[in-house]
Amino acid sequence: MSTVTVDLRRRPFSARSIIDKLLTVFISLCSLIAIIPLIAVLGLLIYHGLTRLDWLALTETPPAPGLGGGGFGNAIAGTAWMVTLATLASVPLGIAIGIYLAEFAGSSRLADVVRFAVKVLTGVPSILAGIFIFGVVVTTTGKYSAIAGGLALAVLMLPTIVLTAEQALRQVPNDVREAAVGLGCTPTQVVWKVVLPAAVPAILTGVLLAVARSVGETAPLLFTALFSLDWPNPTRQEPTASLSVLIYNFTDTTDANQRSLAWTAALVLVGFVLLVNVISRWLAARFSPYKT
Amino acid sequence: MTHQPSDLPVTIARAPSLGERLGDRAFRGLTLACALGVLLLLVGLVVVIGRQAQPAIERFGVAQLTSDTWSTNQDVYGLRPQIWGTLYSSVLAMLLASVLGVSAAILLAEHFLPAPIERLIKTTVELLAAIPSVVYGLWGFTVLIPLLDGPASWLHRNGASIPLFSTPPQGPGMLPAVLVLTIMVLPTITAIARDALAAVPERLREASLGLGATRWQTIRKVVLPTALTGIFGAIVLAFGRALGETMAVVILIGNKSTVTLSILSPATTLASFMATDFKEADSPLHIASIMVAALVLLLITLLVNIVGSLLVWRASRNLRGL
Repeated sequence: MSTVTVDLRRRPFSARSIIDKLLTVFISLCSLIAIIPLIAVLGLLIYHGLTRLDWLALTETPPAPGLGGGGFGNAIAGTAWMVTLATLASVPLGIAIGIYLAEFAGSSRLADVVRFAVKVLTGVPSILAGIFIFGVVVTTTGKYSAIAGGLALAVLMLPTIVLTAEQALRQVPNDVREAAVGLGCTPTQVVWKVVLPAAVPAILTGVLLAVARSVGETAPLLFTALFSLDWPNPTRQEPTASLSVLIYNFTDTTDANQRSLAWTAALVLVGFVLLVNVISRWLAARFSPYKT
Repeated sequence: MTHQPSDLPVTIARAPSLGERLGDRAFRGLTLACALGVLLLLVGLVVVIGRQAQPAIERFGVAQLTSDTWSTNQDVYGLRPQIWGTLYSSVLAMLLASVLGVSAAILLAEHFLPAPIERLIKTTVELLAAIPSVVYGLWGFTVLIPLLDGPASWLHRNGASIPLFSTPPQGPGMLPAVLVLTIMVLPTITAIARDALAAVPERLREASLGLGATRWQTIRKVVLPTALTGIFGAIVLAFGRALGETMAVVILIGNKSTVTLSILSPATTLASFMATDFKEADSPLHIASIMVAALVLLLITLLVNIVGSLLVWRASRNLRGL
């Protein structure tokens, strides 16, 4: 009888052990290279942004080149106004489509087509939403306006809201639907009284993510709302200021004060976007009643 | 013992009234109409942009897409430099971002790090995906371009014979635009590729390790091939994002209508061309040419996104049997 001896000792200097270590070092380096610029962006944003983060910056209108002081209060107001319009336009529509896909359409062919169209819309570059609304609204009314800007942002928010609303509704277990139907509810009553209330936190998560995305959008506003040095006036159709376009306009100026305002505006914008993102994550984690 | 009065209803169930049934019909019809509205929106997007592009299409035809001639005096607008710049910048950014992003995804998915640190990095990366592109543009313009000054001159001095570095650097150009595009799509690639790797069943790893393979032999020969379709889908979806990216690129690329391999030269893309020329265009043909650029960009991104979505979908379907 022959015995087979197997060497079970570790061989840290065999070729394959060394290759293993080299590859680990390689991906660690790559990950480091990937994450350093991202952290650097945040760091410099805080460093440059804090220099002009004062009450004036948040409440005044933009200064002319060569003058000190001033701020971007009108841009904050303009962004808030347009994002509100976009939310009002896209949220009811998006939730209605989400309800159709999750509750009423079943596995019909039409539902697949609609879902596919929504997915395709998520990939449309934001600048094209601006061009689209320019063609539909601006060329018809002959005016750049906050309404046009808000509609362009609504086009961009819609797909996110539809997809998250559909998913949120689907997470509600079928038992509750069946119970409601058993008591004589119509499908509409099932949705309004049972499914929708349970899905609200998850839908809200999607809405917040869509808001966070649209707050920073710039390209679509270049074709719809342009920019303005004055405060927005909701009763008139006129060019309207926004934080993101202000940052763009003040990026390559030679005026030091305007440039530091661009950084401060960027800090305010990113601060808001990250805050909304964190809130939506918290919501998602806190209120997921049907997690198994 | 309590006594139950017999005339109380024993159930709260009742059949819906006529009003409730009609309301149900109406509401269901309303949601259907909204859903059809999405289809209308997508068709409208193509039609509205196409209609505005019509004057240029009638005047120049397909030749506009392959022409370099650019003159507001002659009212001629060739789009070859824009199409070239869009594809070139996005492909270069993808080459860099896929190496870095897939590496980070492996690091995050294959338990190289303690779980809390892994979670922290994952959350950070996802949050960074939310930073608006105009902010990256501002950062690139004030921080990255001055920083690249020295290295770019060195590359040109020592590598002028290589087509990539054949022109003298001028500050804004392809290089800063590509680097910032890379940074911007990294979170997308990392997040989707990580999900693809994490979806590979643990059983396969255990089987491979049990046969005596090292951790990296397992990753290279078992995990990566299994997740390949999903990783490729991640790269294609990020490519779609890079193609349509406007603000960071328009700030950094220098907006010059040229076709060159040199990454030190200023260039232009379809999206940045639309953003810059829109302000100045006053001839109808110029505006229509901007719309042709929009139409081309729309068609390219639609194609890329459909391919990417199909890949991600197929990847999840293929894993079902494992």
